[in-house]
Amino acid sequence: MPKLVGQSFKRVEDPRLITGEGQYVDDIQLPRMCYAAILRSPYPHARIKNIDTSKAEKREGVVAVITGKDILGKINPLPCAARPVPELKMPTHYALAVNKVYFVGHPIAVVVAEDRYIARDALDLIEVDYEPLPPVADPEQALRSDAPIIHEDLGTNLAFEWKIEGGDVDAAFAQAEVVVKQEFVNQRLIPVPMEPRCVVAQWDAGKQILTLWTSTQIPHLVRSLISGMLNLPETHLRVIAPDVGGGFGQKLQVYVEEALMGYLAMKLDRPVKWTETRRENFMASIHGRDQVGVMELALKRDGTILGLRYDVIADMGAYYQLLTPAIPTLTGLMLCGSYKIPAVRMTKKAVFTNKMSTDAYRGAGRPEATFLLERMMDLAAKELGIDPAEIRRKNFIQPDEFPYTTPHGITYDSGNYEAALNRALELAEYSRWRKEQEEARKQGRYIGIGISSYVEICGMGPSKAMPAGGWESATVRIEPSGKVVVLTGAHPHGQGEETSFTQIVVEELGVNPEDVMVIHGDTEAVQYGIGIFGSRGLAVGGTAVYMAAQKVKEKARKVAAFLLGVEENEVEQVDGNFISKSDPSKSVTLLQVANAAYDPKNYPTDMEPGLVATAFYEPSNFTFPSGTHVCVCEVDIETGEVKILKYVAVDDCGKVVNPMLVEGQIIGGIVQAFGQAMMERCFYDENGQLITGELTDYPIPKAHNSPKITVERIETPSPVNPLGAKGVGEAGTIGATPAFINAVCDALEPLGVKHIDMPLTPANVWKAIKQAKGS
Amino acid sequence: MRINVTVNGRQYSSDVEPRMLLVHYLRDVLGLTGTHIGCETGVCGACTVLLNGEAVKSCMLFAVQVDGQEITTIEGISQDGQLHPVQQGFWEKHGLQCGYCTPGMILASIQLLKRNPNPTEEEIRHALVGNLCRCTGYQQIVEAVQWAAQKMRGEI
Ligand code: FES
Ligand code: FES
Repeated sequence: MPKLVGQSFKRVEDPRLITGEGQYVDDIQLPRMCYAAILRSPYPHARIKNIDTSKAEKREGVVAVITGKDILGKINPLPCAARPVPELKMPTHYALAVNKVYFVGHPIAVVVAEDRYIARDALDLIEVDYEPLPPVADPEQALRSDAPIIHEDLGTNLAFEWKIEGGDVDAAFAQAEVVVKQEFVNQRLIPVPMEPRCVVAQWDAGKQILTLWTSTQIPHLVRSLISGMLNLPETHLRVIAPDVGGGFGQKLQVYVEEALMGYLAMKLDRPVKWTETRRENFMASIHGRDQVGVMELALKRDGTILGLRYDVIADMGAYYQLLTPAIPTLTGLMLCGSYKIPAVRMTKKAVFTNKMSTDAYRGAGRPEATFLLERMMDLAAKELGIDPAEIRRKNFIQPDEFPYTTPHGITYDSGNYEAALNRALELAEYSRWRKEQEEARKQGRYIGIGISSYVEICGMGPSKAMPAGGWESATVRIEPSGKVVVLTGAHPHGQGEETSFTQIVVEELGVNPEDVMVIHGDTEAVQYGIGIFGSRGLAVGGTAVYMAAQKVKEKARKVAAFLLGVEENEVEQVDGNFISKSDPSKSVTLLQVANAAYDPKNYPTDMEPGLVATAFYEPSNFTFPSGTHVCVCEVDIETGEVKILKYVAVDDCGKVVNPMLVEGQIIGGIVQAFGQAMMERCFYDENGQLITGELTDYPIPKAHNSPKITVERIETPSPVNPLGAKGVGEAGTIGATPAFINAVCDALEPLGVKHIDMPLTPANVWKAIKQAKGS
Repeated sequence: MRINVTVNGRQYSSDVEPRMLLVHYLRDVLGLTGTHIGCETGVCGACTVLLNGEAVKSCMLFAVQVDGQEITTIEGISQDGQLHPVQQGFWEKHGLQCGYCTPGMILASIQLLKRNPNPTEEEIRHALVGNLCRCTGYQQIVEAVQWAAQKMRGEI
């Protein structure tokens, strides 16, 4: 059997997906199934004086209509898993609005009908009497004393305050020879997985089991929370996440719609399906980012960083979803980036506004940190007249300084930041572009080069540092026929773990890839697991698979020793066979071992039959992937248009199981970051109306305007897990945004442009040029 | 209304409501769920199918509009268990991650290669502008189409 780990092995999930045989939730059709549609608030903030559903109920084909009052006491409020400080204000999040609506898209009523067209028609027949209230859309405004209070029972729009600090920040700033200061906006974004959310619920009245198919990244956590909301024993709720059409954090959630469909299926004793429209996805599935803050960097004249402080307001939206309050705290953990910064402080105010909740969007808190710091590095370099590559080199943590602990207590596992930087500069032909830039400027053309050296916190994570458990589980089961079943709690949604986990098992057990079946996303089939997010699929989930494979191999070795009539330490595994070391002519196959384990004739009495092992892997630390990206662009100063001329990414995600999958994650992530950098902004006007409510108003990167990426890797294995893997799902999104912005700001430096807030649409770039010229 | 449609070479005769979208007809009535829905507003291309050999967005048509015509969906492009070269290309070159955009991407690519058997990268990127993918960043999709083009020209 050739080695599979480290190879670009073609994906095992692809045959079904390229033939249309994949199964996403909306593909599920059940006998007697009816369809739900949800009435949502057109107002950002209003009191509900009355809801009249009578006309809708009378519409032919309507099966049921429910409102918030109908489910009070029947569906418990949606919990939030994160509580960064004990005094955090926790709004009660009912599945349907009861007396007030808090954001455009707030669910008010559900119609269930015989088909999806009738359900949608009937929404128009529901009459709601609203008393519009003044909305609060802007987080800074939300903190003013005269601001309308969103959750009256909480008495304030300030959700909580949070601070993290390490080293002597005040002393650092007192000693500083230079202080660089900049206000930054990390704009609100919409994740836009191509598959909108979908839920199908089916009640088995005989067994009293509710089955919920849902498009989620975390089936077991959905089961835990929804069983609590519906007062169902966890054993009576089965959650299935079949093929999931992208998540990006938007499906790292438990949503009220899941509870509502479960409730309705039980109440009606009929299967119910709800498919989110794209408009609903934009209004009422979580958004990402949304921080406005000021960062200051204290430096010596030679470019040595002395300290850093960041004061920020983070917009929570109207409610918390699963992890809302935790996201900006991740920014705080990664503020020191790749540099030896002796003192750091972040102070944060988290604020309620009349908008959809923010939560984990690919990168979750860390793209913000990288963006801030890498912009600051460039601003400092310009201020001090140092080359941006040089100022980074000067402050990098050195390869021999790992494990490295930041002043606020984060311990980085391993890395070689300078090697990645050097290689990226080489690949990007940095010096050549600098010369070209100079030449171009003489001709009135504006070329810019942007560097971003990032480090991210991934492989989430040690349970003590996570809102819920941070471990992952796996079972490896060798069947009597020698075929292998892997049950993983790490349920993927596009990343390809069916393939990488197969590779790990093939490598460990010496079986053929065709003989391995990876099963995930079904709480009835798979032991409790956590799911995939925070770049943890391989580093945590893969490690659990590796450990379970080790355990089952130990068992197989015992059985083989018995069959060979030798001591256990006499047995050697060569590919799929077990061989006696002293007499290599004696050997048994894995199949023979499996046969014996399931048909244990003359078996030693102290040995259990069967060939199966389960492992729960609890990581001892996070992992810290890193890298350097270089972007070269040209800006047309007449139109504000930016053309990406070159983009190079050199990433270190530790050891790699499948380079092809890694490349896919990196490129996809970078293009998503390109979206944030250049075009995306989820925009609510000052009245709290969502202006970017459809794909036509919220452009995401398309084939013709996405940059072409040159990808390379360096490899410093992580000492945290036996695979040496660090994770790669978010690297592109975390590393890339500042490379784009640094490049554009570098291009426009001669015009006096210091900083432009994202997204760098032609209009925004043009405005910045005009402003700089005017001043 | 009664319609007669040929889908993937098979004849269907169905009674549909005049307002039923073609994509819902394919998915809900015929059970061909490989055609996906990402927006229902003609933007994302997840619902792309071939109508008489031309790529169309099936969320922008009513089922009754295709009466008497011929539709090919993702389920209908492999022949005798043999994957279409474009399908092979997507598999070879890692042109998909979550797979949700993939059927639409593949059908749009088939249409492109029919018109232009030897497209440049630029031409591929422009031909796929009506199909959104949030996972791949498109680069490996472009490589997949290039691979398929070579294969169809008999060069691989
Ligand atoms: S579903 Fe038809 S274009 Fe998006
Ligand atoms: S592969 Fe996920 S949207 Fe294209």
